[in-house]
Amino acid sequence: MQKNAFFNGLTIPLMLLLPQLAITVVFFYWPASQAVWQSFLLEDAFGTSTEFVWFENYQLLFSDPGYLKAFINTLIFSSFVCMLSLSIALLFAVMADRAIRGAEIFKTLLIWPYAVAPAVAGVLWLFMFDPSLGMLARGLSSMGIAWNPRLNGNDAMLLVILAATWKQISYNFLFFLAGLQSIPKSVIEAAVIDGARPMRRFWTIVFPLLSPTTFFLLVVNIVYVFFDTFGIIDTITGGGPSGATETLVYKVFSDGKGGSNLGGSAAQSVVLLVMVIAMTAVQFKFIERRVSY
Amino acid sequence: MAQVTLTNVKKVYAGGVEAVKGVSFDIPDGGFCVLVGPSGCGKSTLLRMVAGLETISAGEVSIGERVVNEIGPADRDIAMVFQNYALYPHMSVYDNMAYGLRNRGTPKDEIDRRVKEAARILAIEGLLERRPKQLSGGQRQRVAMGRAIVRKPQVFLFDEPLSKLDAKLRVQMRVEIKKLQRALGVTAIYVTHDQVEAMTLSDKLVVMNGGQVEQIGLPADVYKKPASKFVATFIGSPPMNILPGTIDGPGIVALGDAILEARDLRQDLPAQTAVEVGLRPEDVEIASEGEAGSLPFDVEFIEELGATQLFHGQLAGLPFVMQAATDVVAAQAGRIWITVDPDRVHVFDSMTGVRLGRV
Repeated sequence: MQKNAFFNGLTIPLMLLLPQLAITVVFFYWPASQAVWQSFLLEDAFGTSTEFVWFENYQLLFSDPGYLKAFINTLIFSSFVCMLSLSIALLFAVMADRAIRGAEIFKTLLIWPYAVAPAVAGVLWLFMFDPSLGMLARGLSSMGIAWNPRLNGNDAMLLVILAATWKQISYNFLFFLAGLQSIPKSVIEAAVIDGARPMRRFWTIVFPLLSPTTFFLLVVNIVYVFFDTFGIIDTITGGGPSGATETLVYKVFSDGKGGSNLGGSAAQSVVLLVMVIAMTAVQFKFIERRVSY
Repeated sequence: MAQVTLTNVKKVYAGGVEAVKGVSFDIPDGGFCVLVGPSGCGKSTLLRMVAGLETISAGEVSIGERVVNEIGPADRDIAMVFQNYALYPHMSVYDNMAYGLRNRGTPKDEIDRRVKEAARILAIEGLLERRPKQLSGGQRQRVAMGRAIVRKPQVFLFDEPLSKLDAKLRVQMRVEIKKLQRALGVTAIYVTHDQVEAMTLSDKLVVMNGGQVEQIGLPADVYKKPASKFVATFIGSPPMNILPGTIDGPGIVALGDAILEARDLRQDLPAQTAVEVGLRPEDVEIASEGEAGSLPFDVEFIEELGATQLFHGQLAGLPFVMQAATDVVAAQAGRIWITVDPDRVHVFDSMTGVRLGRV
């Protein structure tokens, strides 16, 4: 099969590439380079004077205990959200894959949460678990469980983890389900005849065959918890109480917008950028090699 | 090793579609049974019911002395080779073959011994560390066979295992499957839509159509005395010519103006009964003009096949094919005269398609 198209001259290929290149440059490279530039600058609080300070912003950042705390928060938050949303979605997908009756309804309903905007999802969970208004919070207190995400940092962290997980399950579910359905039925049947009971079949056949999907979702989910959970955190806790749910991306916002520390905030986003690039590169280099078969 | 018995086995799907309409036959220990028929005839469904991959709606399947209707596929002591091989893509060839033994808790050294033995029999010893992706179609086929034989099952089930191979490899693997099955002496059930595979592999041929068995027998018997018009046209290549005729007397049929003797024809049929006469292209011989019992055949064109040639044309105004040796020279077009051995004239009921043979 012919895979390459041949053009005479450069005009047509350039024109075909232009829209994508323009979007990438305008919305990615330009702002990113602005952030890098900004991270070397120090601005006074009124924005009247700007000074080029080399790596001072970075030095301040790495000696800030609040930054270390945000880093640890992010680790906890992202590992819990990834683990939970991936494993729950996988469980749902396996069940939906088996269901014969009502499978279509099941799938459609499970996809809905993905259509809910992060901020709306945040408000939803905020109300459900509000210590004075929330139905679920009242249920918890009636069972004698102390619950107050406004004052207790762990409660707040748990709440944003739950909300962020809930939001991401649909997406993961869709991909897992598609992955499960692309496993040839005869391979499963061969395993049945080979005497593998359902649990063993899942761990020795289904799960390994799903690993490309799982790997893809892992990358997507890490990017999701690092960046797209801003709306959830902002609406539910606003990073509080006292920075207990402040993640790296949230700190970029709060330091830059609230603290008016543009240089420091830019330095943080550059660090974040480097981190995600590094993580994705590592994942692709080391994990992908193992998941391909 | 065991005998397999099917007693009035039926498959009815939800919604009332009857895929298999009551099939009974048995396969002796060590026998090679081929289920053949067009797609949708229920042959694969029947095989999957023996495997335990489909529930049995009615009737009984037994392997050995044991009724297996309620026994899961893993405990029926069968092994299956699938059409698309169904190898585990993430496992090496060795692990593919060892998987079934590991699931059953076979000791490690025993697994190793059996896998290596199977690899030696199938000549895939050099491939044990490879992944299925790195193998050719024929090699994958061997691994699938290896996975079946390491388990030393009582019954082998084959679901169109050669249909994905190219023609040359198919012939080679066909011979190997037959040899292997003989050497191991394991009872086999083999599903195919290819009548050549069916003829060459089986010692019991089951021809199916529309969820029912049309004929069961030795392949040679099925070929020589097809029980119905369906079997007659399905088994044999090129297919049998079918021409409308009438009974002209005891053991005599008329095809238009020509008269033909049919030795295997019921004697009690009244004259003028409408029948269908079947003549195999390879049974037709060239005669001289006006010879007793000869039929006029208008040749329209000739297909040269190398070993033989096929004459296409019209007999009594209907399309007709005959096979001739290459030394037979005929004009590209024109009338020739042909005869058929009276033992090789098949007559079928024109309504039901059933063979009107001597009782």
